[in-house]
Amino acid sequence: MKITQAWLAAAALAVGAGAAQAQDFDNQLKARQGQFRIMALNLGVLGGMARGTVDYDAEMARMAAENIATIASLHQGAMWPEGSDNMELDGTRALPSIWDDNADFLSKWGAMGEAANSLVAVAADGQQGLGPAVGALGDACGACHEAHRQPSE
Amino acid sequence: MIRATLAVCAVLAAGAWWATGGTRLAPGDLDVTEGDAAAGEAVFWAAGCASCHAAPEAEGENRLVLAGGQAFPSPFGTFRAPNISPDPDAGIGDWSLVDMATALRHGVGPRGRHYYPAFPYTAYAHMTDRDIADLWAFLRTLPPSDAPSADHDLSFPFSIRRTLAMWKWMNAGGDFVLDTGGDPQLERGRYLVEGLAHCAECHTPRDMFGGLQEESWMGGAPNPTGDGRIPNITPAALDWSAADIAYYLESGFTPDWDSAGGHMTDVIENMAKLPASDREAIAAYLKALPPVSSDG
Repeated sequence: MKITQAWLAAAALAVGAGAAQAQDFDNQLKARQGQFRIMALNLGVLGGMARGTVDYDAEMARMAAENIATIASLHQGAMWPEGSDNMELDGTRALPSIWDDNADFLSKWGAMGEAANSLVAVAADGQQGLGPAVGALGDACGACHEAHRQPSE
Repeated sequence: MIRATLAVCAVLAAGAWWATGGTRLAPGDLDVTEGDAAAGEAVFWAAGCASCHAAPEAEGENRLVLAGGQAFPSPFGTFRAPNISPDPDAGIGDWSLVDMATALRHGVGPRGRHYYPAFPYTAYAHMTDRDIADLWAFLRTLPPSDAPSADHDLSFPFSIRRTLAMWKWMNAGGDFVLDTGGDPQLERGRYLVEGLAHCAECHTPRDMFGGLQEESWMGGAPNPTGDGRIPNITPAALDWSAADIAYYLESGFTPDWDSAGGHMTDVIENMAKLPASDREAIAAYLKALPPVSSDG
């Protein structure tokens, strides 16, 4: 947080506010949206197996679940600088509530990590366990999206 | 002359008073008098009662305590969901099945008072006698709450409930929208979508009086509680397969493995509790809708 503020102050001094600032958050947006894409890609593997549209493969399921859990374990601070919400920037649906109630955001991120770890624990044990574990992970995704992401369109 | 004018006015006023009062059902109007609480639970989740009537932020088992208190901003003011728990004083514990049916079918309370259509009775009016009786039986098994219901905060003239008689005359009592051609799965889907789950309340745009615009049925609408839009879910915009729609309603995952957000997460929590055949029926219904252009 302190580093972000110092960085912001420096950026404001150097180039002024506005468009330059938005451009400077481009990397942060790409990084944080990239991690959601990595999770979505791996969820696709697990969800396809859970639904039965893809043949179950224990090793693939294990790796996909571990990838999601690994993303969940990343420290999030660097990806979410203050001022990178949807009121300040285009190209993001991140609501200001992420910063206004950061503890809630982080606790929901943590809950997602726990659901991902539970998925890792069962992923290689057979197709039948996937459905409930993927469902629980989906609940964790939804809880945060409900509170902290602007609905689409 | 003055006396005659006054007399005419009095008759007109009495007529208006009578005409704007609420319709009441009588016990003989219902074919079913004893509900099955176990069957009523599925009706309860399909109808999304807890989504509005549970206390704000309630989760898990607490969603079954229908204490009310959630606020719903609108162009007409802020509506607040009342306590509908079985508490006889704070809730609706002293109601009869006929009171319940009158509320759901006509949007009218036990003392003849009109309810505001934030309570989606224009959709619930499609409910079968059996489902109303089962839902009522289930509601009576839920924990009571003595939390008092909060008043709505509406601007004049919407604060006068008798104006709702006019609104109902314009907007209530409609038939089903989709022509199913008699297909049983589509009929089940239509009953769920247009009736219990009242999807059109958010997914269909409204006219200036808050009435649903049937010509744009499920064509998307402004988000009533925030930024952005509620999406168009007709085949003009929603090109997912029926299986994908059913899975989304079960899990919240879109075909590209994004997950639902906003108010829809709550809807999915309800839909996930229904039998798979119901989610498949909803999906079939959505695929059968006439396409509505999102530009319209």
